[in-house]
Amino acid sequence: MRDLSGQNHYLSAVRATPFYEKQKAVDLVNTWHRWQGYTVPDVLDNVTVEYFAIRNSASVFDITPMSKYRIKGPDALAFMNRLLPRDMTKLRVGRVGYTVWCDDEGMVIDDGTVFRVAEDEYWLCAQERQLEVLKRNAIGFQIEYAEITDEVAALSFQGPVTCKILKNAGFAGIETMKMFDLRFFDFPDGEIMISRSGYTGDLGYEVWVQNDQAEAIWDTLFEAGKHYDIRAIGGDALEIARVEAGLIAAHVEFSPANETVRPGHAKSPYELGLGWLVKLDKGVVFNGRRALMKEKKNGSRHRFVKLDVEGNKTACNAYLFDKKHGKQIGHVSSTAWAPTAKKNIALGFVDMPHGEIGTEVWAEIYYMKELKWNTRWAKCTVMKDAAWNPPRKTLTPPADF
Amino acid sequence: MTDMSNTTYDSIIIGGGHNGLVCAAYLAKAGKRVLVLEARGEIGGAANTMTFCDGRKVSPCAHYLNQLNSTVRRDLNLTSHGLKMAGSDISTIALNPEGDHLFLNDQGASGAGISANDAANYGRFMKLMQQYSTMLGFLVDLPPIDIFNPDWDDKVAALKLGWNVRFGLGAEKMSEFLRMVGMNIYDVLDDEFDNPTLKGALAFDAVLGTHTGPRSPGSVLTFLYRMVAGTDGAVELPEGGMGAVTSAMAKAAAGFGATIKTGARVASVIVENCVATGVVLDNGATYSATHIISNADPKTTVMDIVGPRHFEADFVKRVDNIRMRGNAAKLHIALKSLPRFTNLSAEQLRSRLLIAPTHDDVERAFNHAKYGEASANPMMEISIPSIDDETLCDEGHVLSAIVQYAPYTLKGGWTEAAKDNFRDACIDRIARYAPDIRDHIEAAELVTPADLEQRYGMRGGNWHHGELTLDQMLMLRPAPEASRYALPLDGLYLCGAGAHPGGGVMGAAGKNAAKTILSEGRS
Ligand SMILES: Cc1cc2nc3c(=O)[nH]c(=O)nc-3n(C[C@H](O)[C@H](O)[C@H](O)COP(=O)(O)OP(=O)(O)OC[C@H]3O[C@@H](n4cnc5c(N)ncnc54)[C@H](O)[C@@H]3O)c2cc1C
Repeated sequence: MRDLSGQNHYLSAVRATPFYEKQKAVDLVNTWHRWQGYTVPDVLDNVTVEYFAIRNSASVFDITPMSKYRIKGPDALAFMNRLLPRDMTKLRVGRVGYTVWCDDEGMVIDDGTVFRVAEDEYWLCAQERQLEVLKRNAIGFQIEYAEITDEVAALSFQGPVTCKILKNAGFAGIETMKMFDLRFFDFPDGEIMISRSGYTGDLGYEVWVQNDQAEAIWDTLFEAGKHYDIRAIGGDALEIARVEAGLIAAHVEFSPANETVRPGHAKSPYELGLGWLVKLDKGVVFNGRRALMKEKKNGSRHRFVKLDVEGNKTACNAYLFDKKHGKQIGHVSSTAWAPTAKKNIALGFVDMPHGEIGTEVWAEIYYMKELKWNTRWAKCTVMKDAAWNPPRKTLTPPADF
Repeated sequence: MTDMSNTTYDSIIIGGGHNGLVCAAYLAKAGKRVLVLEARGEIGGAANTMTFCDGRKVSPCAHYLNQLNSTVRRDLNLTSHGLKMAGSDISTIALNPEGDHLFLNDQGASGAGISANDAANYGRFMKLMQQYSTMLGFLVDLPPIDIFNPDWDDKVAALKLGWNVRFGLGAEKMSEFLRMVGMNIYDVLDDEFDNPTLKGALAFDAVLGTHTGPRSPGSVLTFLYRMVAGTDGAVELPEGGMGAVTSAMAKAAAGFGATIKTGARVASVIVENCVATGVVLDNGATYSATHIISNADPKTTVMDIVGPRHFEADFVKRVDNIRMRGNAAKLHIALKSLPRFTNLSAEQLRSRLLIAPTHDDVERAFNHAKYGEASANPMMEISIPSIDDETLCDEGHVLSAIVQYAPYTLKGGWTEAAKDNFRDACIDRIARYAPDIRDHIEAAELVTPADLEQRYGMRGGNWHHGELTLDQMLMLRPAPEASRYALPLDGLYLCGAGAHPGGGVMGAAGKNAAKTILSEGRS
């Protein structure tokens, strides 16, 4: 990329991450998109090959544009406990937690991961920008918060052989890390953080470094993984893995409450299938508590469903019905042909009380063939688990190869 | 402190301002065990009487009683508890430096070269305003309508409002009302009148106690607000100063069985498992109750006494954003004897004296305040209560004046020098109308909004505990989630001026809060 430093920033409407040159060097197709102001690849080579790197070997995905915040101070725990519906007293130093956070109405603003890096310090990693949310939440707490999105470069390193590669790269003891552990490791020019976490429902890690260590960590991983089919991937392959793992995305499964203007268009944690994150009885006030107590008592409007869709047509944007030609009860939000599960799957929402596990709903699927639209009715079964949820996701130590 | 510690009450009221006392009286009357904890050495808050110079007494904040809720007055039987008026139906004189004053009373307007047309129009205008305020008056006695979750009472209130506006007024007046209610008083006065003194006086009444000038949006509303409560805009002077009102209220509350403690500053509210269950005093004593009711302003209550972490973040942000800029100072002068006001008899000094020469002057005085300066030519509402009320001084007199504008956040701060300067500017200003006043002065004291905050705890020195503007009224007061006296923390309530219907010695907020609490679980 051209030199965009200093006053030259205006020469481009997107920024390059510290991994830009590394990705560009292996980019065969030049298909990029804009993600929170940065440019990132959809695909670097071939979606299928990249997807199978996630499931069968090791994939490297640049997550630098993820929104990252540091929260530090004597009130850090109290602050996080009021911000998040989880019981944060349970998240020890060295642990990571998946979480959502809500507005006062109990509607989800965003989801993400929270890292307890020290007794009085957390990192929050979110899909959307959260500075304004943190600002209003900080009123009355002795904490400092800072956006570190542009200071911390990060890679998502996912796949069955990732542990082996990290071991090869010299990160001693990596195999003892449990799911959602975080640890600091020595690295040239300063410690780096590795967490056992990800967005693929598989064995995997996220590696957090300073910008000036970015190229070095990239090279370290690729050198250590050169015999293990390590591969840089774009967002399209990750999207398949996400749907397969049944994970939600902002602006796809939910409209962030703080930017949703139409009444009733935001969703609560219960409606996103994330009721397990909400600890109503944790004994302290948290955002959305009163509304969520009410919802728990009176019932939710919608249910999040993971669907096994009959046939081979993806139920893209389909409406859901209680029976074939029946009453419309919901819609599909995400779809994929799940290559590993070998299933046609979808994520979506149905009105309560529909969508109990094991029950059927119907999708009316529109698809195009040589510029002609056709429709097909497909029976969908509500699955209990995600289409992909292998034991190796949580197995410790992970298998050696 | 060993006595009573750990005693359980039904209700604890933080603050013994007049609203806290009224709330206590209603709750105690209904058989609740009530404890009032007042931080200061005496009850009354901003409705009290203080001794200021050689045993002379003055009402240090509120000095005229013109908004006292008639239901409260009746229900608490304040007269039987010793409340007497030293003066009632106090008329107004808008002063003119040349002595050509304007006299305003129930008979109408005279003097100051007022035209027959203006005089007639004044009567008609005040009657119309009175009609509007009568129409809205019932709103004062109810919790604000819950528009999100209306219950039966809310629907009845909404219907009544619609009915009153449409049929109570008639089509023509309704459209006139809808035209005027959002206007500023300056434009309305220009539409209606020519006489500059009249326009000055009415403009000043509209902005008294606010952070607005006559041209600010909503100043018609604040003008109406003054009339809505109380008895048809009649102005009274309680004997013994404003403290007599609150001492009658305290007697009523105690008579019904409420316990009132002074010198008892609540340091914090005890919150257990997301429920307010008690209070801790700054001396460490604790008290528990199922209802903790705060007479302190909403910001102080949420941010300081309870603490933001016990509330959800959007609510905290809203409370943090409540505008509460105090802009009125108080001037007290101990007088050896009555000064001579140009062209006014001693008898006429019983009136409410206004220094607000023209509506432009009022607006210009406000201009300074916008930029953190005290007005170069301040506006004043002057009372010399000792003429009517002999209990205030053994000899001599006291003068009490509300002075605008004196912004809470004065550029450079309210240093002693700044206070002295402004005090002298105020006295100079009075001397334009009473040239010999300096010969009569024994002592003078200026109380700034910063002093008001420090003495009475009202943040920003704002006497309404939150500015009265359309966006901070009715169901938006103090915030939509808390407009019905219950705060979004179980067990915690507001009962002071920061809640609907707002400030002024009115008692309506305290009464409505009590009624809301008493009706809990009933609907
Ligand atoms: C200068 C001035 C002039 C005014 N003129 C008039 C007028 O002429 N006519 C009129 O009708 N109104 C007037 N007002 C307005 C009127 O005085 C107030 O709106 C009214 O008194 C407010 O009553 P309240 O009970 O709601 O609150 P307050 O009177 O403010 O009472 C609150 C009480 O709570 C106590 N408190 C606060 N924190 C704590 C704590 N932590 N622990 C224990 N106690 C606590 C305070 O000490 C105080 O006593 C004037 C006000 C001012 C300031």
